[in-house]
Amino acid sequence: MNKPEPMRILAIETSCDETAAAVVENGRKVLSNVIFSQISLHTLYGGVVPEIASRKHIEKINQVITEALNQADKTLDEIDAIGVTYGPGLVGALLVGVAEAKSISYAKKLPLIGVHHIEGHISANYIENPDLEPPFLCLVVSGGHTHLVKVNDYGKYEILGRTVDDAAGEAFDKVARAIGLGYPGGPKIEQISHKGNPDAIAFPRAHVAEAAYHFSFSGMKSAALNYLNNCRMQGIEIAQADVAASFQQAVIDVLLGTIKKALDETGIQTFALAGGVASNGTLRKAVKEALDRRGVAFYCPSPILCTDNAAMIGAAAYYDYMAGKRSGLDLNAVPNLKLGEA
Amino acid sequence: MKILGIDSSGLVASVAVATEEDLLGEFTICYKKTHSQTLLPMLDELAQMIELDLETIDAIAVASGPGSFTGLRIGSATVKGLALALEKPVIEVPTLYALAYNFCGQERIVCPLMDARRNQTYTALFRFDKTKIQALKEQCAVDIHEIIEEINGIGESVVFLGDGAPVFQQAIKEQLRVPYMFAPPCLSKQKAGSLASLAVQYYIEGNVIDAALHKPEYLRLSQAERERMEKEHASN
Repeated sequence: MNKPEPMRILAIETSCDETAAAVVENGRKVLSNVIFSQISLHTLYGGVVPEIASRKHIEKINQVITEALNQADKTLDEIDAIGVTYGPGLVGALLVGVAEAKSISYAKKLPLIGVHHIEGHISANYIENPDLEPPFLCLVVSGGHTHLVKVNDYGKYEILGRTVDDAAGEAFDKVARAIGLGYPGGPKIEQISHKGNPDAIAFPRAHVAEAAYHFSFSGMKSAALNYLNNCRMQGIEIAQADVAASFQQAVIDVLLGTIKKALDETGIQTFALAGGVASNGTLRKAVKEALDRRGVAFYCPSPILCTDNAAMIGAAAYYDYMAGKRSGLDLNAVPNLKLGEA
Repeated sequence: MKILGIDSSGLVASVAVATEEDLLGEFTICYKKTHSQTLLPMLDELAQMIELDLETIDAIAVASGPGSFTGLRIGSATVKGLALALEKPVIEVPTLYALAYNFCGQERIVCPLMDARRNQTYTALFRFDKTKIQALKEQCAVDIHEIIEEINGIGESVVFLGDGAPVFQQAIKEQLRVPYMFAPPCLSKQKAGSLASLAVQYYIEGNVIDAALHKPEYLRLSQAERERMEKEHASN
């Protein structure tokens, strides 16, 4: 018997400052994963400038899509569906990918699947782990999101907790800026923290009362900023590495505490990390060690699949497609799209 | 030859298909829905109505700016996606040329006005030689008083159009010293039919580009870039 033809999805992601396209087979096999990163453009401003991001997306989008097709050695005639991130994210940035995806799907008469960005991050775990299947718990940590999600089935999500203020990555960015490390803060904090003492400064570990799985990083961030201000006022020299290592440790402790609680209370034995902050090596190591001790299976995508990319959107789009989900030509960008409503 | 035209640079969303002889169809709406929700469904509807096989299009024209930043990008991304999938070239038609073409053949000077906020207007001045459009003043973002003075200097009668016309009505009334008229609603806003007809001329002249290279002409930096440059300028 002949093997059935694989289902190939061209996926597009432009929700923030990466212009990305990928070709993914059957949700798990990445034929190409092209990312044009704009980080250097935004570094000048200390953060992502939405209008600049949108302008760059429109300049690069066709090149990135063509490159993804070329690297996959496929033409559009060999593509079966188009997947695109339609939220959450920066509205102007999302609109570029959404309009482009709709046009391609319309012109080539291909099904269109609008994908939730966080669903994409979670699905990044399927790509390198053929054995991973729902149900599992997933912590999505990035510059824009901190969500603890129970993945009940493909495309079926239950949000157990989320940040009530800053995202974890956002807190890293702000503290990094305050120590003078620059943008993007997460990787810089991690890098310098290797030279610092994580126990040097006792930053508070904040928990949200009455919402066991929620996170709050704003208070921890303020504590770090206050500490830095006090040092400056008293003329104490700031040990960048110690502040970075201690703050990073505080964030990791909070994340770990919540992960453990959720594992205990749900009894789920499989756990995955996802999102840009999941490429933080210290966090990965700490989570892995803690879960190994409990005998919980631990998954985490390679750093290239943790950052915003389109391969993860292709993975999520495949399972949405299999579940019968289709989007129309009137698909719009939804900047504050909620998971579970997608 | 068949040209598909798309304009979402302003308040209006509009799609049309034109040949050298005919405007086969035009669909224009000015309604509260976003261009992202309307543009492709409109194209789909139009295509069905005129039994358009997209493969038979020779090129895809877009209002390439100035205009609403987001509106321009929705049009551009729509056109870039279509052109990539259909392997067709793109025709960039400057927004105000396409808008002024609503008054093709007009003997007065034609002055499109779009509200550019920050007390400015996106504007230009055109004269028609039969169906040929000639710019007396190229597209720019300027203070309304500047363009009024320029028209006073030319001293000829003028027709104003564009979604900025009502915004600057008072200033025009007070300061303009030549005969003028405002376009009626049916001619005052972007029409992809005008854009596509003008694009036919561009196409004949070989004025097309690869879809990958197309990007909108905003005529303005982003606010963040502007502020950064002002800061740098001040510190120098």
